[in-house]
Parts: sequence; C-alpha cells; structure tokens
Amino acid sequence: MASLAFHAPETIDQAVALLAANPAARPLSGGTDLIVQMRSGRIAPAAVVDLKRIAALTGTRRHGLGFAIGAATPCTALKRDRALAAAWPGVVEAANLIGSVQVRNRATMAGNLCNASPAADSVPALIAAGATCLIAGPQGEREVPVEAIPLAPGRTSLAPGEFVVEIRLPPRGQGGDAYLRSIPRTEMDIAVVGAGANLVLDGEGTCTAARIAVGAVAPTAILVPEAGAALVGTRLDEPALAAMAEAVRAACRPIDDKRGTAEYRTAMAEVLARRVVAIARQRAGENA
Amino acid sequence: MNKLVIAATVNGDPVEFLTDPGGSLLDALREELLLTGTKEGCGSGDCGACTVILDGEMVCSCLVFAAEAQGRQIATIEGVAEGGRLHPIQRKFLDHAALQCGFCTPGFIVAARSLLDRNPDPSESEVRYWLAGNLCRCTGYDKIVRAVLDAAAELRQERRVEGELAA
Repeated sequence: MASLAFHAPETIDQAVALLAANPAARPLSGGTDLIVQMRSGRIAPAAVVDLKRIAALTGTRRHGLGFAIGAATPCTALKRDRALAAAWPGVVEAANLIGSVQVRNRATMAGNLCNASPAADSVPALIAAGATCLIAGPQGEREVPVEAIPLAPGRTSLAPGEFVVEIRLPPRGQGGDAYLRSIPRTEMDIAVVGAGANLVLDGEGTCTAARIAVGAVAPTAILVPEAGAALVGTRLDEPALAAMAEAVRAACRPIDDKRGTAEYRTAMAEVLARRVVAIARQRAGENA
Repeated sequence: MNKLVIAATVNGDPVEFLTDPGGSLLDALREELLLTGTKEGCGSGDCGACTVILDGEMVCSCLVFAAEAQGRQIATIEGVAEGGRLHPIQRKFLDHAALQCGFCTPGFIVAARSLLDRNPDPSESEVRYWLAGNLCRCTGYDKIVRAVLDAAAELRQERRVEGELAA
C-alpha cells in the first residue's frame, strides 16, 4: 500500500474520472472484501475511490413500479425499506445472510456481486429476481442483467473505469421469491450451495413465469433457464418440480473443495431448488 | 508518504488525527488516539474484537479505512462506562464471569450494547445471532449470553422505574 491514494468523490462523474484516470484504482463501498484482499496482499490497488459520499449511491428508492438500490447501500439498510422487504424478501434475506451484523452494516450487494465469488449469497437471489445493474463509466451509462457481471471467480465484465451505480429490481407482480443456502454452521459461513427462485402465479395457481438461479456450483452464480421453463404452465405439481430439479442438476458444474464435494453440491442444489420454489410459491399465495 | 488529516467525533469529543491513506480506523484509534480498548483479533472481519459504532451502526474497525471516518461519529468501548460508573452490561459481564482472557470483551460489550439500544428485550436466540460475529475462545459463550440477557432485564427494570418516577 506504499503509494495508495484515497479519494472520496461526491458525484458519479468525479468517481468515473478518478477510476478512468488510473487503471489500478479500485472502487470502495463496504470494503469487507476489498480491504481483506489488500491486507492479504492478493491485490495492491494504487488508489481507492470511496463511493459512499455520492448521494445517489446510498439508500433505496422506488424506480417506476420496482426499486433501485444504490450500490453503496449496506445490506442491513435493505431491511429498513419495508416496501422493498415485502416485495423482494428473498433478495433482502439473501443479502442479510452475509457475514455478521458488523459485516452487513458495511457490505453491499453491489460489492458482493463485483467481488465475483461463485458463492456470493445475494447474487442467485438477484438473478432469480431479474435484477439489473446500472453501470457508469467513461463511455456513459449502461444497464445490464446481474448475471452478465461475473465472468469467473474474481473477474467481472466491467470495463476499466466502470462501476455499478445501482441495482434495479423489477415490479414484484403477483408472485414471490426466496433464497436459501447450505452451510455446516448456522451463521458466519460461506455458501456450500445457494439457490434462488422467483415465481409469478396466476389466479388459478398456474405458474406464468419462473426464474431459478444457483450459486457455488459453477465458476459464477448461474441462471438455469431450463429449470424455470419446467415450471411455466404448470401448477407446480410433482412432475414439474422433478423436471425443474433435474434441470438444476444438469446445469451444475461444481468443484470439490474443503467446503463440499462436487457430488454433495449437485445433490444439495436440487434439494435447495425444490425448497426455494416451495417458499416462493407460498409467498406468491400470500401476495395474491 | 503523505499522511491525511482526519477530523471526526469519538465518544462525543471532536478529534483530529493523522493516517496513512491505507491505514485502518482500528490502527488510528489505537495508535493515534491511544484508545487501546478496541482490540485487533483477526484483521479480516471474522472475530469482532475491533467492533466500534460508526454513525450508529456497529462495524469491524479493522475493515474501515481511517480516512472514511472524516466527519463521522465513532463510539468505542472507552465511551461505554459513564465516568467511573460501569454500564450494566459491563457489570453483568463481571457478575457472570463472562470473560477469561478478556481480549474479546470490548468487542462483545460494544456489540451487546448496540443490540440492547435497539431491542431492550431480545430472546436468547436473538442475542446469539447478533453476537455471531464476535468470537470468544475462552468462555464457550453461555456466560456471555446470560450476562447480556441479565443486563437487558436490569435495563428494562431501570427504565420502568424511571418511567414511574416521571409519571
């Protein structure tokens, strides 16, 4: 950190200029990954650009009929937006599984996404929800689906100088979402497997749209379109759920590591996918 | 290297201190302000020994750049007792022998106070989840959880008495 510079811009344009001027600069929101990686020597940025002084990047707000979450908004703040927590409980719960209260008071979903860990808890929930990212950069702004951001462990599709400004959640519609993870402890652990589901049901209980995403079973969190397709047009009966689970299993390409074997992860991905669909269905019924 | 001058409020007092651009808030508190009650355990946000309150929310001060504290409010373990009078949480830690080596204790007390400030009547399960980010390798946690629940009960009683006196 010998020549580190610390910047705290107050506008998006200033942040873009600072990040674009120095390819070795890194944006800072909660710092719960960035500072740990700097201290361990894994990364050595020349400059840190703190995004938390930019008003547009902090807090949650309505965006049309959906929601916008400033990229520097800590996970615990999401719970205080009652409309957001009621519309997207799976997303808010996923963000509040990360680390401890101390960590969640700093950590952000945008940071969780851009750290690009395959096990990031909030990411499968965001992908299932159909969330998008507004990105600012030297070429202006662009909006991309959340699943387009992570490319590989620790690597994203953001170009030099680009950073996430906000995460956008679509209008809830008549449905529900859910996220669960498997860990050997009850708290303070990293997902061995994670699964998110988002369903839309019509008045008769027929599924009209479904998105299923899984984490920690591939180099990035992934959307499994075949799993969602297996549910659409059904009343979520057992054959549909079995086809959904089979599609999830087929999409898994996990590794063996100290936290779980590939075989265990694949088996648990099916189990968790069934459980999150059940929770999302129940929530959809409550919202009907 | 150019040091930064940071102005913040610590335990209600305005302070100014110097920091390297990459220095942590924990190091600034301990080495510049000589507030050595806050401890460094893991340095990676896993143990909670360095817990402080930043603008009303508890955080690991090892995972905050000191430069981020510009203009912010910080509360540390040194501000928990009022003069020579221990806070009920501190007293209950002594009564229940909720510490052995004591290294994790400042973090636990700051975190527990943050809980009781917003939830005066937590369940045991709520206490355990709230304190999941604080590690203790001596006590086995039971004594700590009992001390926090007992302190919560005493604080509720105090508030009831104050309420009756005011009424």
